[in-house]
Amino acid sequence: MTPENPRDPEKQGWPLYEVFVRGNRGLNHVHVGSLHAADDAMALTHARDLYTRRNEGVSIWVVRSEHIAASTRDEKDPFFAPSADKVYRHPTFYDIPDDVPHI
Amino acid sequence: MLGARKRVTLIPNEWSVGKLVTMTTTDAAEVPPPHTPDGLQEHFDATIARDQRVEPRDWMPDGYRKTLIRQIAQHAHSEIIGMQPEGEWITRAPSLRRKAILFAKVQDEAGHGLYLYSAAETLGADRDDLTQRLIEGRQKYSSIFNYPTLGFADVGVIGWFVDGAAICNQVPLCRSSYGPYARAMVRICKEESFHQRQGYELLMTMMRGTDAQREMVQDAVNRWWWPSLMMFGPPDDASPNSARSMAWKIKRHSNDELRRRFVDMTVPQAEKLGVTLPDPELRWNEESGHHDFGTPDWDELMRVIKGDGPCNDRRMERRRTAHEEGAWVREAATAHAAKQAARAEKGTAA
Amino acid sequence: MSDDHVYLTLAEGHEDDTRWAYGTGFEDPLHGVDTTVPEGVDAGALVAECVALADDALVSAQRLAEWVTRAPELEEEVALANIGLDLLGQARLLYSRAGQTDGTGRDEDAYAYLRDAGDFRNVRLAELPGGDFAFAVVRLLVLSSWRLAHFRRLRAHPDPVLAAVAAKGVKELTYHRQYAAEWCVRLGDGTDESHRRMRAALDRVAPYLGELHTAYDVRDEVADDLRQVTEAAGLPLPVHRPLPGSGRAGEHTEHLAPLLTELQGVARAHPGATW
Repeated sequence: MTPENPRDPEKQGWPLYEVFVRGNRGLNHVHVGSLHAADDAMALTHARDLYTRRNEGVSIWVVRSEHIAASTRDEKDPFFAPSADKVYRHPTFYDIPDDVPHI
Repeated sequence: MLGARKRVTLIPNEWSVGKLVTMTTTDAAEVPPPHTPDGLQEHFDATIARDQRVEPRDWMPDGYRKTLIRQIAQHAHSEIIGMQPEGEWITRAPSLRRKAILFAKVQDEAGHGLYLYSAAETLGADRDDLTQRLIEGRQKYSSIFNYPTLGFADVGVIGWFVDGAAICNQVPLCRSSYGPYARAMVRICKEESFHQRQGYELLMTMMRGTDAQREMVQDAVNRWWWPSLMMFGPPDDASPNSARSMAWKIKRHSNDELRRRFVDMTVPQAEKLGVTLPDPELRWNEESGHHDFGTPDWDELMRVIKGDGPCNDRRMERRRTAHEEGAWVREAATAHAAKQAARAEKGTAA
Repeated sequence: MSDDHVYLTLAEGHEDDTRWAYGTGFEDPLHGVDTTVPEGVDAGALVAECVALADDALVSAQRLAEWVTRAPELEEEVALANIGLDLLGQARLLYSRAGQTDGTGRDEDAYAYLRDAGDFRNVRLAELPGGDFAFAVVRLLVLSSWRLAHFRRLRAHPDPVLAAVAAKGVKELTYHRQYAAEWCVRLGDGTDESHRRMRAALDRVAPYLGELHTAYDVRDEVADDLRQVTEAAGLPLPVHRPLPGSGRAGEHTEHLAPLLTELQGVARAHPGATW
């Protein structure tokens, strides 16, 4: 992903999907989290396994994270450079210090 | 599962998960948007001060982001590595009911790991990269999972102690200042309370069984007590990052505070169960209103964290092997998806 | 209504202990079902049917449990565990029914833990050890396709308990078959390596296909499922080379006994214990 570390596309992980679930009739679909899958069918299967515990009768939407355009009110600020085409900012890798866990 | 017989309160009422989830999200209508670059920091500080949630696209200080990624990743790694000590007993569980419970529990842990990796990804981390860091030993997981499970009673004690300690640590994180982390924790804590109950219920059942079973329980309690106390981390005066994390509301209580809470919670449960906690210094202190207890072997904790625990190599090796042996599967799925996309494109063009 | 409130409603109704006792099931499939064995139902045949189907499920679940912490991706950990839990749930209900019917009053654990390999009636395909993920999904495809076809018919069984277990199982098995079929196609089509592994897996499964008979003739359905999937995956149909013997008659491979030693070891080491 970083320029100095180009990856073989086949070795790259499965793309990120956002998952939306309607738990009960009468409710909107609600964003519940994300997961990785190679294709849409796999994303739906994983979403059902992971976020609904296979409860019958709930409705699930999955969408590739990169296909969601997003805005927040904060970004109306002229001094702030928005990255308006991603649901999350995906900066380059953070160098996370190796540290003693404080779990 | 536990029926109406259960009287022991495993989670103090004031910690009831449901009460902790009335949190608000960042709302720009309440906090005016910043008008200068400096205003970003003020805006962030104000959000934290108001006990509101920071959300993925909000501006946040680099240190906050890095600390969170590290904390969430270590938490996620702990869930995934934590599947191993108990997972070894699914195929050997002595009744079908216990087999199903344990299978479901270990599956939950995989789910928890995934919720947490998902939360870390909202901060810009990449799961493959985090996995790589784990299997190369560059990121840690909870030291408790480097101890072996020697008998089936260990499954019960892990539920009671380890999941109990996790609940003490994690329930306050349902109010973490970072929205996706807090929301993941709500879900996780609900399931952890099941985990703790199944563990305690297994032990109660075993204590009603044969002498050999009671011995198994006491032996497991003796082996897991001190490592469980170490789960809360080093003492406060040796925990340099804690203060900043508390100021950011990533962490809500100090290590020692949580450890004491765990001891206070567990002692009456041990009495009810009929086991002895292996600490001669453990006694009720009328004055402080808490239990006094002995000091864990901090050198041991440091050794285990540095990789010299009884099972560090085995745990890492298993995770690394699974990841490496799964590579051809993941690559095949990616290749198939690419071929399908190409076929679809060709179909549209034709 | 805040977002968090909406979010929490997702979890509502899942908070009971059922999921723990029955794996992923939310409802007791026997709720309101009369457990008296109806007149005209041959008790011996019913017991044999329940035990055979329970043994298939238990042995399969045991093999799926061996994937825990070894799956190729974390999402697959969750998926394989779901399938294992479903099968374990089916086994428990079926053993219980056998115990109610055979006059011994034995419970599910007596069947699972106190019989030796020669008493087990599972098909041999279920007990084969190890193998890679390709073998796991090919075996799952074949076994779930076969079991699904059989369970569909069992929904009309004169025994109401077996019929109720089958009705619940049909939903689960439909999902298992779907999961396996999707993976077979991905791996057959994916890379040269995955294609090669799929062919090897089909070759390994082939000798055991002949054993998949039931009281109902479902061979065409199973063959049709397999044909559809192999076609979509660009794989050849496995050549049928039936192996003599039958797990249904208690004739097993050398792999069942060690599987049971692991499954039964703790339980047998502590006679009279309660868990």
